[in-house]
Amino acid sequence: MDTVHAANSFFPVAEQSAAVMTNAAVNPEYKHLVVAADAPAVDVVAGQFFHLLCPPSDGAAPFLRRPMSVYAADRARGCVEFLYKVTGAGTRGLATLAPGDRLNMLGPLGRGFTLAPTWRHIAVVGRGVGLATLAPLALMAERAGVGATAILSARRPDLVMSVELFRAHGADVVVVTDSDHSSDVGNVERLLRDLATRHKADALFTCGSNRLLLLLQRLGKELGISGQVALEQQMGCALGMCFCCVRDFHAADGGVEHRRVCWDGPVFDLQEPLSW
Amino acid sequence: MVDLAIDIGGLRLANPVMPASGTFADGLARVIDFNRLGAFVTKTVTRELRTGNPTPRVAETAGGMLNSIGIPSKGVDYFINQTLPFYRRFTPPLIASISAPTADGFASLAAEIGVAGVAAIEANISCPNLEQDGRAFAMTPQATAGVVARLRAATRLPLWVKLTPNTGDIADVARAAEANGADAVVVANTILAMAIDVETFRPRLGSITGGLSGPAVKPIILRQVYQCARAVKIDIVGCGGIASGNDAVEYLLAGARAVQVGTATFVHPTALIRVIDELEAFCSRRGFARISALTGALMSAGADETDVEWRQEAGE
Repeated sequence: MDTVHAANSFFPVAEQSAAVMTNAAVNPEYKHLVVAADAPAVDVVAGQFFHLLCPPSDGAAPFLRRPMSVYAADRARGCVEFLYKVTGAGTRGLATLAPGDRLNMLGPLGRGFTLAPTWRHIAVVGRGVGLATLAPLALMAERAGVGATAILSARRPDLVMSVELFRAHGADVVVVTDSDHSSDVGNVERLLRDLATRHKADALFTCGSNRLLLLLQRLGKELGISGQVALEQQMGCALGMCFCCVRDFHAADGGVEHRRVCWDGPVFDLQEPLSW
Repeated sequence: MVDLAIDIGGLRLANPVMPASGTFADGLARVIDFNRLGAFVTKTVTRELRTGNPTPRVAETAGGMLNSIGIPSKGVDYFINQTLPFYRRFTPPLIASISAPTADGFASLAAEIGVAGVAAIEANISCPNLEQDGRAFAMTPQATAGVVARLRAATRLPLWVKLTPNTGDIADVARAAEANGADAVVVANTILAMAIDVETFRPRLGSITGGLSGPAVKPIILRQVYQCARAVKIDIVGCGGIASGNDAVEYLLAGARAVQVGTATFVHPTALIRVIDELEAFCSRRGFARISALTGALMSAGADETDVEWRQEAGE
């Protein structure tokens, strides 16, 4: 059942068996996977994701697919890239992939990031797995002629990712870490207030940390700055059918409502989710 | 050329393959051609607005998954004004899955939902998450008889009744549905089950117990379809762990007229199309001109060669 049936390119979402080009470690915790892909996969936009049928590890393959946000995609080169942390059965299986192996992937899926035409400079604040999800924003902003400052947070300097990628697309990068306490919420707040004062935060983007989401929500409200957040949640179908991946959101009537991360997101308005 | 059309439970379908309720929605139209399906079966609608169960709502198990989604529902108005119009652009008939906490509730909901665009009603009297301790109408013949009789009096639409596998004698429950006016029984829903995370000592579902589905349940539900087929004359829709044409053939041979594909769609969104294509290929290869000839064509142990030849000729 890992073969692809009735693949059809005129549907906006497709299951495809993609050939692995490279799958190398980038640091002690993360690997960078590049697969050869066709349309519609290569038309993925920042913030969207693929649902991956992960190969077996330790003799057993996960029954369900695993959602994975896109790290990069290149239509001309015909490839899609992922940056993932090896944590559970799914990502342990991904880690076994070698060049030439096949990866069954479904996508592109979900709603991605968007840039308003009035924005001149955005602030991107990410941590952990969120750094991979936010990375393609760098290219998106560059193509739109929008400047970006990325505040990239990690436990230690050797675990910070996407620094070169953001810089290559013209973004300013500030690295903050737990090891020197620069990642404290107070310091990140100071950095963001400084950006806002210098008109370099027309919008706020975040992924990967509940503390950072709450900070950005508070600053966004106080300073009148809009923004977007990419969420994660365990998924079943990834097509809005099974209602496995719901999270709590502020509803228009002042209450709390469920929304599906796969279908209504994974990118939401910064102020809407109750937590990351 | 194989004739895949079937007459089932008051409907004529272009083929015997349809989605299982709760595993299907408009989002799948981004991946497959909806006009190829035998029918649509919608997610269960309730009168009241329901938010569903706490997360995590899904857990993987060997050869399948557990779910405790809890039937989130946006109510009847949303179904009629938002869900139904989406499906009008497609040709397959739509079967509305409904649920309610009481027999009266089932009856009034069936009457209310019988609007243009609904070809049949699937009464989900089986969902194990709905009531305390997972009890449901379809666990006993008495409760089934009561709710099906009320449903029959409330609607003239074809009435399909979805049974639970969580009962001691599913054949008696199927008889009760038939005796009180059901046009078909859907066999079956998920099997009440649980899983525990040994690192955290916590249940792996937010609501502790849930329903098991996927390939792991197929031999159990197949046996229940066989038992029901021997007990009732109304049509049976097989539903449990079907992911391939051969899986569907097993259900037809055991006595099902049609099949529903559910959990397989989560793993392979094209599973419904695969099952249709593989069923057609199976019939071609085995010389069956009409797929309806497969229903109940199970050979008893010790059948002789003449029987086999007769079955093959019957399809010519």
